[in-house]
Amino acid sequence: MTDLISTVVAKYNYWIYITLMMIGLYAMIVKNNLVKKIVGMNIFQTAIILFYVSIGVKKGGTIPIIEHGHGQENHVVHAVDYINPLPHVLMLTAIVVGVATLGVALALAIKIYNNYNTLEEDEILAQVRGK
Amino acid sequence: MKIVGLIIVAVTGAFLIYAAADFPAWSDPASPASTYLSPHFIEKSMEETSVPNIVTAVLADYRGFDTMFETTVIFSAGVVCFFLLRISRREEPESRYYRHVLTGVTIQLKEGYKMPPSDDFEQIDAAWTPPDLIVKTACRILIPFIQLFALYVIAHGHHSPGGGFQGGVILGASVILFAISHDLRSAVRRMSEKLIAILCAVGVLIYAGTGALCLLLKQNFLDYSVLAGVLHVDPITARSHGILMVEIGVGIAVLATMIWIYNNVSSAGRYRQGL
Repeated sequence: MTDLISTVVAKYNYWIYITLMMIGLYAMIVKNNLVKKIVGMNIFQTAIILFYVSIGVKKGGTIPIIEHGHGQENHVVHAVDYINPLPHVLMLTAIVVGVATLGVALALAIKIYNNYNTLEEDEILAQVRGK
Repeated sequence: MKIVGLIIVAVTGAFLIYAAADFPAWSDPASPASTYLSPHFIEKSMEETSVPNIVTAVLADYRGFDTMFETTVIFSAGVVCFFLLRISRREEPESRYYRHVLTGVTIQLKEGYKMPPSDDFEQIDAAWTPPDLIVKTACRILIPFIQLFALYVIAHGHHSPGGGFQGGVILGASVILFAISHDLRSAVRRMSEKLIAILCAVGVLIYAGTGALCLLLKQNFLDYSVLAGVLHVDPITARSHGILMVEIGVGIAVLATMIWIYNNVSSAGRYRQGL
């Protein structure tokens, strides 16, 4: 039992991201309303961002900005003291691109609403098949 | 459908949890992600680019080509929202309403009549509601500080958390806050659609132009060290200056795109009152 608890505690970041990602996936598959699908997509995306950021963490490491001051430009930097900057770089652009794609998704939803007067998927399908 | 979805989600989740057992433990300094490439960046980026913020150095220098196309993705998202939603045909409503700003008197103009250009009147919609005084005043006081902070975030991206993406989003948010607290029409009057579109393209152009400048100086695309000859600094400092140039480009592009997307989505392309 203590074994199980220690494995869960050692990797709970993965559990959180998997839970969030599955909530998003469920919303994308099951929900009927297009806006709820878009919200699900964003939850999915947030899970990926959390996953990447949690990969970069090092115990005892600080933010990846090198301590510097005048006259000590050449002091030796130890990689262990700073957390991994690469996941942060990837996610930094992913967040902004995510907002931009959210805008595009909402624009498409507005277009669909203007055409079919509804955002419910089954009603749109019925109208498409009825024509 | 709900049952099928639940089964798919449960199976995928179970597979992922099973796979997570092989992942390195949380905050393990010896995890594979932290052992191969990142030590080089952490230890060398200061002497290679003289930028203390490793995230900025990797973003705009080592991975500069990738970031350029991320900026292009944002630019195209703004353009896509514009082309999807904007109703370019000017469909004037049958009667328009103008409100006298000082007294609040509203006049209605029937079709065919025109309002002489005047600063005392503002055009409003039929469903116009007066903006709340408290919200309006609070935003009016807040917005300059938000914008100042955004400029700090862009300019200080080398030495503290920040950079073009973050600062650009904060700048865009300040303008969006203005559009929410007042109305979209007054926001568009201060920052016209044409200006937004031009800024959007100029941001990407600054980024690509910096790369092309390096190319013209007979060095690789986006290799800022060659800018040393133009800027009269040593090649290492030139890379730090090159990073600042592209960060400014990114900031302008992100700022304009955020506002452009908000304007189009909130008013469904009509540019009237908005939310």
